[in-house]
Amino acid sequence: MRFWIAAGFALALAAAATVMLKNEYYFFAGYTVLMFVVLATAWNILGGYAGYVNFGTPAFFGLGAYSAAVLFKATAAPLALQLLLAATMSGLLGFAAGMLTLRLRGIFFAIATIALTVIMETLFINWRYAGGATGLQLLRPPPTVPFESYIKMLFVLMALLAVAAVAIARYIERSWIGRGLRAIRDSEEAAECSGVPTLRLKLFACTVSGALMGAAGATMPMYLSFIEPASTFNLNYAIGALASPMIGGTASYLGPVIGAILLSTIQQVVTVTISGEMNVMIVGVMLVVFVVAAPEGILGLFRKFVSSRKP
Amino acid sequence: MPLDLLLEAVIFGVLLGCFYAAVSMGLSVSFGLLDVPHVAHPAIMVFGAYCTFLLTRYGLDPIVAGVLLMPPFFLLGMAVYRFYYEAFEKRGGKEAGVRGIAFFFGLALVIEVGLILGFGVDQRMVEAAYIGNSLSIGDMRIPLRFLVAFGVALVLMSALMLYLSKTFTGRAIKAVAQDEPALRLMGANPVRIKQWAFGIATAVAALSGALLIIIGPVEPGLDRVYIGRTFSVVVLAGLGSMTGTLAAGLILGISESIVLMQFGASWAPAVSFGLLLIVLGFRPQGLFGR
Repeated sequence: MRFWIAAGFALALAAAATVMLKNEYYFFAGYTVLMFVVLATAWNILGGYAGYVNFGTPAFFGLGAYSAAVLFKATAAPLALQLLLAATMSGLLGFAAGMLTLRLRGIFFAIATIALTVIMETLFINWRYAGGATGLQLLRPPPTVPFESYIKMLFVLMALLAVAAVAIARYIERSWIGRGLRAIRDSEEAAECSGVPTLRLKLFACTVSGALMGAAGATMPMYLSFIEPASTFNLNYAIGALASPMIGGTASYLGPVIGAILLSTIQQVVTVTISGEMNVMIVGVMLVVFVVAAPEGILGLFRKFVSSRKP
Repeated sequence: MPLDLLLEAVIFGVLLGCFYAAVSMGLSVSFGLLDVPHVAHPAIMVFGAYCTFLLTRYGLDPIVAGVLLMPPFFLLGMAVYRFYYEAFEKRGGKEAGVRGIAFFFGLALVIEVGLILGFGVDQRMVEAAYIGNSLSIGDMRIPLRFLVAFGVALVLMSALMLYLSKTFTGRAIKAVAQDEPALRLMGANPVRIKQWAFGIATAVAALSGALLIIIGPVEPGLDRVYIGRTFSVVVLAGLGSMTGTLAAGLILGISESIVLMQFGASWAPAVSFGLLLIVLGFRPQGLFGR
C-alpha cells in the first residue's frame, strides 16, 4: 500500500511540475533521469535478481528507439503505438537472445550481450530506410491536448513508464519468480535440482528486462527529433544501467531507483558544470569504489547504519 | 569475387589475423588460463599504446618503447591482480562474479576517460621508417607496418608459448588453470603463481599496445572495438589454448578482410561479434577447448 501511495505521489509531483515549472530544461534533464530509472530497474531484473550481467542495454534500448522511429516514419502512428511496438520488438529480442545465450554463465553471457549490441548497431547502420549511418530526422507532431509542449508530454510518459517498471520489478521480486531467480543467482545447479524451472525463469526475466529497455528507448527519437546509430547504441547506456543498481544496491527494487536518480542527477550537473568526460569518470570511479567497498550498495550501507543504531 | 582479389584478401587477412592473435595473447592468459573476467584488457592495451606514443616522442622506436614498457606493466598487472584477489576472489561469496565483471568494466572506463582527459579525443599515431611505406609484390601492395607487426607478433607468440610449455613457472601457470587444489597440495601457492601470470599477461598487453599504434592511429575509445575482437579470439580458440589463439586470430583476420572487400567497411565490425555469438551459441568450449 505504502508503495502505491509513494508511486501516486511521485506521479502527482511530475504532473504538478508540468504546470508549475516554465523552464523546459528541467523536463529535458528530468526525462533523462527517469529514463535511467527505467533502464536500471530493467537491468536489475536479470542482473540483480538472477546474477546475469547484461552489457547489452544499448541493443534493447536502440532496437526500441528504432522500432518507434521506423513505425513513425512509415505510418505516423501515435506515441502509444510506437511504445507498444518498441516494447514488443525488444521483448522478442530479449527472448531470442535468451534462447541463444542463457546456457552461458558469467562473463560469457556478458560478452555475448556486448556482441549483440554491435551487431544491432551494424544492422541499423546498413539499413537505408532507417537513415543508415547519417541518421533520420523526425518531425514532431503537435502535443496532445492537456500538454502545452511535447517535452512535458514525454516527461510525464516517462514518469508513468518508470512507475510501471518499478511496480513490475517489485512484483517479480516478491513473487515466486523472484525467489526462483535468486535461487539461480546463488546456485544454478542447486536451483535446477530443487525443481526451479531455471531456463523458463531466465527467459522470462530476459524478455521482461528487454521489453522495458525497449520501452525506455521508444520515446528517444521524439525526444531528440532525430535518431542515429552511433549514439543510440552507445555503450554509455550499458554503463548507466549497470552502474546504477550496483551503486544503489541490487537486492531490492529500490536500489536501482536510488542509484539511477543519484547517478544521473550527478551526471546532469557535472555535464553542465564541468565536462562530459568528467561525468563518465565519476561513474567509473563510483562503480569501482562501490563494488569493492560496499558490495550491497547504498541500501546495504543504510541497513547497516540502521541496525548499528539499534541497541 | 575474382580470384586475385580473394588472394589479396587472404594474404591481408593472415597479416591482420596474426596481429589479432598477438593482441589476444594477454587475454588468453588472464582470462583463458586464470578465469579472471578481464574486460579491461583492451583498455590496458590502449593505455600501452599511449605510453608508447609518449616514449616515441623522445626518439625511441615504437617496438623498443613497447619492450621497455613491459617491466612496468608487469608490476602494474601484479598489483591489479592482487587487488582483484583481495577484493573479490578471496571473499568468494555468491555475487563475486557479477561484481568482479563490474569492477573490470569500471576500471576500463576509468582508463578510457583518463586517457581522454590526458590526451584529448584526437587520434594519435607514431612515426618510424617502416610506417607509411609499403612492399610491392606484383600488383599487390602490402604496407610495411603490417609486416613489422606480423613479425613482432610471431616472436611474441612463440616466446609466450615456449615460456608456458618449457619453464617451471610456465608449467605451474598451466597447472593452476587445470587443477588449483592439486597445485596447492604440491606445496605451491596458487595466488602467487596467478599474480605472476597476470603480470605477464599485462606485460604482453603493453607490447600489443605498441603494435596497435604501429598498425594505425589510436584513440581512447578504441578499447570498445577490441573487447569484441580479443574476446572472440580467446573464446573461439578455446580458453587458454595458445595455438588455438593463433588459429582463431587467423580465422577472424581472414573473415574480416574478406567481408571488408566484399561488403565494405560498415559490415566489418559485426564479423568478430557475429563469429563470437555463433561460437558461444553452438560451441561454447571453442575450437581447441580444454
